[in-house]
Amino acid sequence: MGAFFKKYSGHPFSLIMAILIHLAALITVGVLFALVAYILIRGVANLSPELFAWTYNTDNVSMMPAIINTVIIMLLSLLIATPIGIFSAIYLVEYAKKGNKVVKWIRMTTETLAGIPSIVFGLFGYLMFVLFLHFGYSLLAGALTLSLMVLPTIMRTTEEALRAVPDSYREASFGLGAGHLRTIFKIILPSAMHGILSGIILSIGRIFGETAALIYTTGTAPVIYGGLLDSGRTLACHMYALLSEGLYMDQAYATAVVLLVLVLCINLLSNYIGNKMSGGKS
Amino acid sequence: MKEKLMKYVFFICACVSIFAVACICLFLFANGLPAMAKIGVLDFLTGTEWRPTSEIFGIFPMIIGSIYVTGLSIVIGVPLGLLCAVYLVYYCPKKLQGVLKTAVDLLAGIPSIVYGFFGLVVIVPIVQDIFGTNGQGVLTASILLGIMILPTIISVTESSLRQVPEEYYQGSLALGATHERSIFKTCIPAAKSGILAGVVLGIGRSIGETMAVMMVAGNQPVIPSSILGGVRTMTTNIVMEMSYATGLHREALIATAVVLFVFILIINVSLSLINRKGEK
Repeated sequence: MGAFFKKYSGHPFSLIMAILIHLAALITVGVLFALVAYILIRGVANLSPELFAWTYNTDNVSMMPAIINTVIIMLLSLLIATPIGIFSAIYLVEYAKKGNKVVKWIRMTTETLAGIPSIVFGLFGYLMFVLFLHFGYSLLAGALTLSLMVLPTIMRTTEEALRAVPDSYREASFGLGAGHLRTIFKIILPSAMHGILSGIILSIGRIFGETAALIYTTGTAPVIYGGLLDSGRTLACHMYALLSEGLYMDQAYATAVVLLVLVLCINLLSNYIGNKMSGGKS
Repeated sequence: MKEKLMKYVFFICACVSIFAVACICLFLFANGLPAMAKIGVLDFLTGTEWRPTSEIFGIFPMIIGSIYVTGLSIVIGVPLGLLCAVYLVYYCPKKLQGVLKTAVDLLAGIPSIVYGFFGLVVIVPIVQDIFGTNGQGVLTASILLGIMILPTIISVTESSLRQVPEEYYQGSLALGATHERSIFKTCIPAAKSGILAGVVLGIGRSIGETMAVMMVAGNQPVIPSSILGGVRTMTTNIVMEMSYATGLHREALIATAVVLFVFILIINVSLSLINRKGEK
């Protein structure tokens, strides 16, 4: 510590900045730590087997239906968004010619899509899927809305992963007489798999945590899956509903733990797979 | 034949985002603009009263609320994020780097409803204790949003700092500047446009955040009296009242989303301008 201050004698600006920099890093990690620790400590005590009962009623606000709905919405959204996202990225990387007008539009709209707030997505989903297409409050409407939301993420990560595949792979494949399609599906996509996967997993995290876009598309019915055109709340919406009713603070803590742990695990997994990719590259 | 067909399939998929944005514009504007016309564009945008029961719809307090909260969250989040990124690039021991980056990524992944909950049960009581108010207001929302935009600011700043040529830093050191002076007088100015892009991205996230803000902002539809006063943003205005709104009220909420959307478009355009300038 003494050496630290000695190094800065005569340089007050540098000293102050050095302290602030360390403080900032500490605060950032501290906030994450405080948030996770607080929710875990307060929440784990409120976890009970009844909260995972099969049905929901006002005596026992079980989160099981919400968990199942969340998984269904996630699968459905990914089913829609993943092929579209990957195919778009393939088009952008493998087919599009530089300076193409349409490509410019695709990039611009994708960026726009990434910047639109979730409540605007929610409102759009409500206007288009719920009302205009008459889906009503339904899992399908929610999944369609969410698939638009995660599309930019999948597109961007896939694009990056595809661009990271060395051109020599393509040339070698062409040289062996493979066509463009075969090269893409047999050579390029498998080599880019890690990057694509980490993007998809990242999207899963977003889907799990989304609330604002779902309140007015899936609705908040606390029921177990009845069909794609039925309403059903996801875990995040379940937590919102508990909080806005104000009667179930303890259960909200418990739900927060489950949600937080799930999302953190998903993000760690995405990180791990993503790192594996960049590790393999260098 | 198959090659040709698949090329079109790829192309059509790539056009989905164009189609989606067109649909979003179409549905929002078609549902929101008539209401704006009915209320009167000027009355709607500059009216300071929001009383749905008497059909008075002025969203000026919400626009100001969004700007206040976003501005203050930038004031809190940007210096913190910038310094943290500097730590990551210039101070962090190699071993710690992975841990810190993972922490930042996790911070980005936490759902906004969980942030809101954390704000409600932790930050609100703290503000309550310090200032003796009910704890919900501009300051609380801004602190929470400042935390939420940290990952965006940190990761964008970090990557633009890493792109600054090593020689800049070395050159500055060679001229006798300290480590800190070299960073703040040569490296950060060199990474300026990247950092600015991060700030704009943060503004976009801040202004669009809904659930977290709703839980800690107090949500009174008035222009906040002070930094501690309750505030309602455009996003929370929509999410709070949409569930029971009908008729013109409902359309006015959609019109609020239109205004928000226009804000976001402006932010996006400035972002791409900054990025284009950075590439040159």
